[in-house]
Amino acid sequence: MSAITDIVVNPGGFALPETQRRAIRYSLYIGYFALTAGVFHGLAQALSYAGIDILRFFPALKSYYQGLTVHGVANVLIFTFSFSNGFLSLTTARSLGRSLSTGLLWASFALLAVGNALTAYAVISNRASVLYTSYAPLQAHWTYYIGLALVVVSTWVALLNMGLVLRAWRRDNAGARIPLLAHISVISYVMWFLASLPIAVSFLGLLTPWSLGLIEFIDPLLTRTLFWFTGHAIVYAWLLPAYVSWYALVPRQAGGLLISDSYTRIVFILFLLLSIPTGFHHQYTDPGISEGMKALHGVLTFGVFFPSLATAFSVMAALEIAGRKRGGRGLLGWIPKLPWNDPSLTAQLLAMLTFVFGGATGLINASFTMNQVIHNTTWIPGHFHMTIGSAVALTLMGVAFWLIPYLTDRGLWSRKLALASAWIYFVGVLVFARGMISAGLQGMPRRTYMVQAPYKLAEWELGGMLTGIGGTLMFVSIMLFFVVIAATIFLGKRGDGPADIPWSKTLTAPATAGWERNLDRIGLWVFAEIVLIAIAYGPFFVHYLPGRFVSPGFSLW
Amino acid sequence: MKVHHYEKAFLAVGVLLLIACAGALAYASLGMGMHLPGEHGVIDPKAVFSTPPFDNPGVRQVGPNAYEVVVLGQMWSFAPAEITVPAGAEVTFIATSADVIHGFHLDRTRVNMMLIPGQIARATYRFETPGQHLVICHEYCGLAHHAMYGRVTVK
Repeated sequence: MSAITDIVVNPGGFALPETQRRAIRYSLYIGYFALTAGVFHGLAQALSYAGIDILRFFPALKSYYQGLTVHGVANVLIFTFSFSNGFLSLTTARSLGRSLSTGLLWASFALLAVGNALTAYAVISNRASVLYTSYAPLQAHWTYYIGLALVVVSTWVALLNMGLVLRAWRRDNAGARIPLLAHISVISYVMWFLASLPIAVSFLGLLTPWSLGLIEFIDPLLTRTLFWFTGHAIVYAWLLPAYVSWYALVPRQAGGLLISDSYTRIVFILFLLLSIPTGFHHQYTDPGISEGMKALHGVLTFGVFFPSLATAFSVMAALEIAGRKRGGRGLLGWIPKLPWNDPSLTAQLLAMLTFVFGGATGLINASFTMNQVIHNTTWIPGHFHMTIGSAVALTLMGVAFWLIPYLTDRGLWSRKLALASAWIYFVGVLVFARGMISAGLQGMPRRTYMVQAPYKLAEWELGGMLTGIGGTLMFVSIMLFFVVIAATIFLGKRGDGPADIPWSKTLTAPATAGWERNLDRIGLWVFAEIVLIAIAYGPFFVHYLPGRFVSPGFSLW
Repeated sequence: MKVHHYEKAFLAVGVLLLIACAGALAYASLGMGMHLPGEHGVIDPKAVFSTPPFDNPGVRQVGPNAYEVVVLGQMWSFAPAEITVPAGAEVTFIATSADVIHGFHLDRTRVNMMLIPGQIARATYRFETPGQHLVICHEYCGLAHHAMYGRVTVK
């Protein structure tokens, strides 16, 4: 079946009630505040690698590592999930043309806000300088663990809300295919829900009672393994909302079409299946886990590269359709014809470009023994600032350039500044990553207050300088972004926001008969995923449990 | 579902590339004997100072051209901090932590492992040329983490 099809129902328009828009807005604002707070220390870190110490200008900060904890927690945990909670709820509701539950929306917001406040209290009062990985036996105050657990629970409530809307729609539309946008939005958060269970067990079941003194000893390898059980999939939980935008919204913004309905659904299902059973590739250098298990996770990590390859083709094809419609000719002539004056689209196109390097360096991280050369060197933050730190961050910035006007019904305050922030970030992150990656290959360690380290190699100097220059540009960009968003909220022209989200059409309609209908059976795919997880993690836990609870807590910071 | 032939070709090339990379890694591991740390035994971190071999950290010769280096990581130093080994010898590092998680990385080598309390880590390496390497703790381990390092001299 081949016909241009909408990925939402009632294409004529659908408006979410104002109270629900407000709940989504407030959730996003928490994220933008977190991002802005988090990048201040990002600047301090980047400059530290360049040999410049600006920590004395942060009198409230007790140590570099307290600031590093703020940077990680605020930017990758708070910014991302406060966005996804709101964004995926919105795309699901819009796609199905139904309102969400207002009560659940505010419950999710409240959990996010309270969780954030507890975590902020713990970190700001210097009771939780454990970095976002929270590796035991470094022991944080219980408010840190409970606070982050509440942030996770807020994502579960958001998923529950989306799931209830989908269920109600399916009841009323028995036998119909799920609209594509709702399908991929829900799959993204279903994946995250399953992925988040190990860290919930670790934070609520082990680390909190240990922090409260209810249990005396902790198992460092077990809690670390539970962290990475969630911790690789979490990067896909950050990435998939960006992919939702790339697949389902960006084609419309560029003037093109999403090329295939089934193909898009298959890509998201592959992420659902393969994101979680890959965590040991973060633990290649850990003792206590057999090489065989690590090899299995290595192969599966190579597998999860496949849906990203497929995404590269599909998204590029959608953009090519757009560029050719706009008069682009020749092999690459369609690229300059894209509407580069649109800051929302430009930010996301630049995000895609950085992700090429992010993906390639990620494959190297996953490469078993090769990982030993770069593990815990600055190569790693070099890599992930081109994935989470730009493929995701720049996409979320780009989405904000239409989403905030849409939710507030105010025009974007300055298109030029918005464009500038996207380009400055893009240039900044590439310079930064070039520095971190080259110095990392020479052994420069990550997570280290380098400006105060008594050891240094001359080979690290150039990489450190580039890190400092790039990081400064990224900081400037985020400050511009914050100004644009704040000014849009308070000064943007009223009534000038877009009336609808920029949903695309697909070139082919979803099949109404045959095997493709199975793509909508989310329960079936969840079951398949659980089987894969059992294969990938089962042998380790059967062999390792009940664990080795041998370490008392340490809080020396 | 129709998949365009360009797309099929693109994905096929991608998959072949992944298989080639995985094959190279399998060869490095099985054919060239490069290994990751695995299961090398457990220890009670509260008793490391009195548990062999960590009660006596240091370098010892264990064969005609083979050495063992026992290293203990603790806040915020390595014992021993200065290690000397001969070039060309097979050197096995055996290490653990007395308190929190530490890192153990020799720059510009693939000797890179985590020192996790309760677990014993092991890595074997042959230094081909004389020179110096830093032993870097690359995992955050508290306030003075950045001051935790050692040195390997290859003679």
